[in-house]
Amino acid sequence: MSTTITKAGNRPLSAYLYKRAKLRLFSLLALPMFWIVGVYILSLFLLLVTAFWFVDPFTSKVIVGFTLDNFVSIFTVPAYISTSIRTLLIALAVTGLSVLFAVPLGIYMAKIAKPWVRNALAVAITLPLWAGYLVKIIAMRLVFTEEGFFNWALAPFGLSGPTFSIPIVILTLTYLWFPYMALPVFTAIRQIPPNLFDASSDMGAKGFTTIYRVVMPLIVPAIIAGSVFTFSLSLGDYLAAKFTGGSTQMIGSIIAANINLNPPVAAAFSMVPIAFVVIYLMVARRTGSLERM
Amino acid sequence: MLRLSATTRAILIGLVAFILIFMYVPLLVLILNSFNLSNISSWPIETFSLKWWEFAITYQPIRTALLNSLIVATGSMIIAAFLGTLVAFALKGYDFFGKATVNLLVVLPIALPGVVTGVAFSNTYSNFLSPAGFNIGYFGMIVAHATFCIVMVFNNVFARLKRMNPSLQEASADLGAGLWQTFRLVTFPQFRTSFVAGALLAFALSFDEVVVTIFTAPPGVDTLPLWILKEMSRPNQASVVNVVATVVILISLIPVYISQRLSRAQDEVR
Repeated sequence: MSTTITKAGNRPLSAYLYKRAKLRLFSLLALPMFWIVGVYILSLFLLLVTAFWFVDPFTSKVIVGFTLDNFVSIFTVPAYISTSIRTLLIALAVTGLSVLFAVPLGIYMAKIAKPWVRNALAVAITLPLWAGYLVKIIAMRLVFTEEGFFNWALAPFGLSGPTFSIPIVILTLTYLWFPYMALPVFTAIRQIPPNLFDASSDMGAKGFTTIYRVVMPLIVPAIIAGSVFTFSLSLGDYLAAKFTGGSTQMIGSIIAANINLNPPVAAAFSMVPIAFVVIYLMVARRTGSLERM
Repeated sequence: MLRLSATTRAILIGLVAFILIFMYVPLLVLILNSFNLSNISSWPIETFSLKWWEFAITYQPIRTALLNSLIVATGSMIIAAFLGTLVAFALKGYDFFGKATVNLLVVLPIALPGVVTGVAFSNTYSNFLSPAGFNIGYFGMIVAHATFCIVMVFNNVFARLKRMNPSLQEASADLGAGLWQTFRLVTFPQFRTSFVAGALLAFALSFDEVVVTIFTAPPGVDTLPLWILKEMSRPNQASVVNVVATVVILISLIPVYISQRLSRAQDEVR
């Protein structure tokens, strides 16, 4: 290499920085923290500030002021309360359904499948994660519409698939976020030492008992880590409800509908998913699962 | 070994097959429908044709949207690559008060729902910056995308730095190289692959993002997902939407595929 290497004394800046770890750390963090705190966190804070403003009922202009009405409406308007509860239940159902699919899949991949099947399945599960969010919503809409794939496939059996409603929203959200649950659960099951299964079977436990009494308790942290994503991403979603839910409304629908009409109400409502997610993260943290994320 | 009865095994295999069908049938139906001759999506497909592909290639709004998507994804990738690498170096090399908080701050933009992130930026742009006489316009979209892309580059570079041997940098300094020279000749070549892999993931993440884009795109500007969204609001799904959706799948999957190949190649070398 033809690079000339000069004496340290000829590099005053390097020599200066070399002795000052704090200054080096500061120069590394200054720009990223300016971006994340100065732009993103500040925006979230300004959103909170806006939530206390109100809209002039006649000119529909945003008025800078202070009112708690927007927050009060979240807890008093019946339609808002029911939407919050519905959204919470949908997010929980998505998380439950993901666990229900992820555990058998993980057991099969980690403990039963041959190595090449396991590798192929690992790719097969990760791949759709990158197929595009909106693309997956269109795809679900396409197969569940009246003349769609599922009604066509079920017709010979005299059955018809569900129409666009809450169950399809739950299925679509599960479709979107399932890999976030499947991958940590699979990794956790893989790490269970095989002799635990031997011990369980020596003591007379059948397959199902072993899964329920040995596997399940060991993968709880992985399930909680995965549920942070399935829960929080479902909670804030509104396009799945818009395109596959018929008239189903979620918290995100209210925020999106109000951002231009009444920004303060949209801002106040944005605090609802933030609050749910923060509470969920705090509960998850108490169980010590976040280190696995 | 986990011993399961034949029935339990059969149930498990059945479930796995069901999950795979559930994951892949919708995507396959969508891709096949992009070759549907009819004007709107249908099943089963009666006549296959390339009509809508030919239409999409020459249709100006789609080309403009594709160009916008590429600009936004490239811009946010560059910003995220730079900022993500800086954070990775800070968290790897130093122990300091608030380290866990910095880590959380990097993850936060992707952990909070897209609608919250989108509304927060939109609110700042239209209720604070605009009244102050500053119109962020097109760049606002790139700022928002870059924010949630940082974590992709950070994760990849940080994981690589953790496995690097710090004595090489010390040796370089002992031989008289300055900080920049050491970085350029010693450190960067060691994490270049992870850097590229992370940047590609950031590109893919930005390319198919839609919720944050809805709230931050200036009026009249469409990215590809945004264009799809507008078409979807019409009653019947036009076949051309399936073409664009297939293109989005391809353009997101190619960088992810390269990124994973790079990461694997790196693991095999060492």
